[in-house]
Amino acid sequence: MTVTRAPLLPPTRAEYCVIACAEAWRDNGEVLASPMGLIPSFGARLAKRTFSPDLLLTDGEAMLVGLDGTTEGWLPYRQHLTMVTGGRRHVMMGASQIDRFGNQNISCIGDWERPARQLLGVRGAPVNTLNNPTSYWVPRHSRRVFVEKVDMVCGVGYDHAAGARYHRLPRVVSDLGVFDFATPDHAMRLASLHPGVTVEQVREATGFDLDVPDEVPPTREPTPEELRLIREVIDPGGTRAREVAS
Amino acid sequence: MSDKTMTAGEVVSRLASGMTLGIGGWGSRRKPMALVRALLRSEITDLTVVSYGGPDVGMLAAAGRIRKLVTPFVTLDSVPLEPHYRAARESGALELMEVDEAMFMWGLHAAANRLPFLPVRAGIGSDVMRVNPGLRTVTSPYEDGETFVAMPALRLDAALVHVNRADRLGNGQYLGPDPYFDDLFCEAADTAYVSCERIVDTAELTKEAAPQTLLVKRYAVTGVVEAPNGAHFTSCASDYGRDEAFQKQYASTPWPEFAERFLAGDEHAYQSAVRTWHEEPR
Repeated sequence: MTVTRAPLLPPTRAEYCVIACAEAWRDNGEVLASPMGLIPSFGARLAKRTFSPDLLLTDGEAMLVGLDGTTEGWLPYRQHLTMVTGGRRHVMMGASQIDRFGNQNISCIGDWERPARQLLGVRGAPVNTLNNPTSYWVPRHSRRVFVEKVDMVCGVGYDHAAGARYHRLPRVVSDLGVFDFATPDHAMRLASLHPGVTVEQVREATGFDLDVPDEVPPTREPTPEELRLIREVIDPGGTRAREVAS
Repeated sequence: MSDKTMTAGEVVSRLASGMTLGIGGWGSRRKPMALVRALLRSEITDLTVVSYGGPDVGMLAAAGRIRKLVTPFVTLDSVPLEPHYRAARESGALELMEVDEAMFMWGLHAAANRLPFLPVRAGIGSDVMRVNPGLRTVTSPYEDGETFVAMPALRLDAALVHVNRADRLGNGQYLGPDPYFDDLFCEAADTAYVSCERIVDTAELTKEAAPQTLLVKRYAVTGVVEAPNGAHFTSCASDYGRDEAFQKQYASTPWPEFAERFLAGDEHAYQSAVRTWHEEPR
């Protein structure tokens, strides 16, 4: 007797985002994946379940945990900071603002002396960006986030890093596409478009002059096994659709 | 050996306006809230507060007690942005030294080690340098020649921390998963006050817990305060989690109203007002 499965529904935008985030940790080896936000967390778990099994994960508190939650190590804040400065970590942070050279702001909007909106504060963005690879996740791509100039440089972009020895911003993932800095002057480049998104849409939602190559590939398709993992194992409750609607 | 137990009121009587106070914990986790509440009942003001900020910062800012804040962030964790801190910043009510999390840690390490500064690979290239024009850099004297931020020591007049258990001598024990930086706060301070859920005999400390849970050493402690539920509404794992419902109430209630209902009396009155609030139908 053969068991036939119902054909899978096509991937949603949120699922392309999970795939795009997961790809950030490909070939990273035995480093800590530090995802901030729901979809990057699913991406890190997907990467570990498939092509990057050596990744380390945290429980968001003080433990290193396996995919099933088994504790395999102790990682309180001060040791976490050592992992950052030792470079054995790849963080995917959020960004309230990000500019074309990858400068990121989570501190405040407006003049720092008397901000129009006080946000979190610089947190660990300065130390992250000078020590371990730092990627970014933006769930709603807009001109308010992708700005010409950030109000406060928290995460250091390529133009401010002055070739710092361990500075590297592998990618920015948004709900519209994937971006990198693989240009001669490290200006942000459209690396792939999520299926269903146009270059015009991205340009329209970006507040600076984005580098767009002649041929922009689509964000890669999830494999059937990856889709199954996302839908049945990693996020069976479908919470990813709350962060990115289809 | 000296018995260092005292009341929260006695701790506050040893503090003064204009002091630099380090407050332990992290965000809305294991904050010495009973000591903060005692501080709020005093007239002490004009403080420089050094904290990985949570509601300690929010409350002291709302009450107008902070002249200057040294911090990498202020958050309630499950409520990402601290409303009273935001209001203070947006109205220009306090001076801010905004530094990175690692810079902050090395500032405490420098103070604890009696060093004027420690080199940190953080801050350079960021606007932390712009908004803190007093920060200096230092160049490695070795072949690499790299430039670092010379993070100045964050020396404290007093540190306030909260732990799960302590003995009367000032040995403090944490039973949660993360020590945060509480031992560093104590070592970076001229005087340190440790509140705890329960004061126990010294022998009791390691009866069931491993010796590495003994985070704070008595040589670095001036006073010990027994303050059950003293981190409320922040978490104090493993004794209790964060009081999320009450934190939400704190974050959504205008400060004068909150202060009048919950902070007008002593710590006992606070704890009983919280119980009453929880019993109300909602």
